[in-house]
Amino acid sequence: MTTRMISGKTVQVNEEGFLLSPDEWTKEIAIEIAKEEGIPELTPAHWKVIEWCRQNATNGRSPTLRQITAGTGISTKEMFALFPKGPAKKVAHIAGLGKPEGCV
Amino acid sequence: MKKLLILGAGTAGTMVANHLSRRLEDDWKITLVDQHETHHYQPGFLFIPFGIYGKRDVIKPQRDFVPPGVEFIVSPIEVIEPERNRVRLTKEGRYLDYDFVVIATGAHIRPDQTPGLAEHEWHKSIHDFYTLEGALALARHLRAWPGGRLVVNVVDNPIKCPVAPLEFLMLADWFFRERGMRDRVELIYATPLSGAFTKPIAAKHLGSLLEEKGIQVVPDFLIERVAPDAKKIVSYDEQEVEYDLLVSVPLNMGDEVIARSGLGDSLNYVAVDKHTFVSPTHPNMFALGDAAALPTSKAGSVAHFAVECFAENFVRYADGLEMLHKFDGHANCFIESGFGKGLLIDFNYDVEPLPGRYPLPGIGPFTLLQESEANHWGKLMFRWMYWHLLLKGKELPLPALMSMAGKWQNN
Ligand SMILES: Cc1cc2nc3c(=O)[nH]c(=O)nc-3n(C[C@H](O)[C@H](O)[C@H](O)COP(=O)(O)OP(=O)(O)OC[C@H]3O[C@@H](n4cnc5c(N)ncnc54)[C@H](O)[C@@H]3O)c2cc1C
Repeated sequence: MTTRMISGKTVQVNEEGFLLSPDEWTKEIAIEIAKEEGIPELTPAHWKVIEWCRQNATNGRSPTLRQITAGTGISTKEMFALFPKGPAKKVAHIAGLGKPEGCV
Repeated sequence: MKKLLILGAGTAGTMVANHLSRRLEDDWKITLVDQHETHHYQPGFLFIPFGIYGKRDVIKPQRDFVPPGVEFIVSPIEVIEPERNRVRLTKEGRYLDYDFVVIATGAHIRPDQTPGLAEHEWHKSIHDFYTLEGALALARHLRAWPGGRLVVNVVDNPIKCPVAPLEFLMLADWFFRERGMRDRVELIYATPLSGAFTKPIAAKHLGSLLEEKGIQVVPDFLIERVAPDAKKIVSYDEQEVEYDLLVSVPLNMGDEVIARSGLGDSLNYVAVDKHTFVSPTHPNMFALGDAAALPTSKAGSVAHFAVECFAENFVRYADGLEMLHKFDGHANCFIESGFGKGLLIDFNYDVEPLPGRYPLPGIGPFTLLQESEANHWGKLMFRWMYWHLLLKGKELPLPALMSMAGKWQNN
């Protein structure tokens, strides 16, 4: 467990830079992490997904891609266009939620 | 007469019937419904493609496990009507009333959800091992397979027994080596997750295992479709992986009866409290086993520990008392790693798999997150335990809640 400064705020993160506490998340942090993930600008479509995920997180864990597409009406293809390569993981990272994991 | 209705006589439903028929008094009537006469030992499916188990090792008549006094009805279940406390069966449109209902209809594969998967190449160059028919067809195919690129693909999570695809690959490595043809086989694992191991401590201990066995991992691969004639799988972001033999773990979903009854999420799983299994909307409805939407693995071991907690709770709950036991998401899974060895993982909602020793009086200890022969024997012994102890609700030397005994905490 380490801490790091993101856009002027000190937050706790895991080895891969995922926020440990969703409560420490801010919109500024999201913008900063998105840049690191190769997304220079968060459009309204990005925000729609991020906000939906934060509202529908259970125990700090992000919804699955299937739940996101069903819940927001955004198709899987569009999700890949918005958050290229592993959208579920990228959204979780940007939205300050836990990474999608298997059991091991 | 109070009526308890159990839907599905798989691992969870059969155990519930056995545990509760012993605990509930004579003024209860327990009814168990399943569409099939035979019970499948699903963990055994993994061994069938490699000729280790045959059909006879994994099936038994359902009635062998129905305790005396419990009514067993064979029929598909058409719909659950919680507002009217009743269930309609497909057979003769018969209605069953209940005071309490336990949904244990499990999860199964849905190859129809991925274009190209279950079409003309299904059970030819494209196989599964999550069904008995699939595992048997794959066994026949592997006997004569000349070698080539074998791709294992998980369509999406959650799946039952999330480690089964890895076990399949590790057994395949052993199988082809035994047959002297490993140099003619490429083993590839295409997973929607960011790697084969995603939990930090497990990844640290097991990360090199696949590399040592020459199994290549394609991470972040979310399949959109199969091109059955071009023999390749294509992801949503246009990655392509070619295969000669595709072993798919298709999308897993809860049964359609859940959707028909308006009780499921987008994958037909039933929302319940993760500690007590009570439905948040219907206080006389429970869901156990794979049918439940729980943040733990879909596994027989989870169903087993869950049922033990549930059975004690239910007797109190039905009497209007508070439920005392809180299920912790405990899972305990042996992982076959080939060459007569295996791994063991033990975890719950809060504690990820840790290394160490798993104590088991008289037999253990088993090594956690580390290969050993004892773990392999543990896995094979489990089939006997399943048929003779587990389903019948007999005492097993395994605590229902996870224990930290033997686990190493400084990793
Ligand atoms: C290849 C493979 C390997 C596995 N390995 C392991 C392992 O090593 N360890 C482990 O712990 N777990 C393992 N599992 C998982 C384990 O088998 C399941 O988690 C367990 O069987 C779940 O029990 P269940 O009662 O919830 O569902 P099931 O046992 O699947 O039972 C559901 C029952 O409901 C019935 N049903 C469903 N819908 C209807 C309907 N509409 N009408 C009537 N009846 C219906 C079905 O016929 C079935 O009998 C494995 C699974 C597979 C596929």
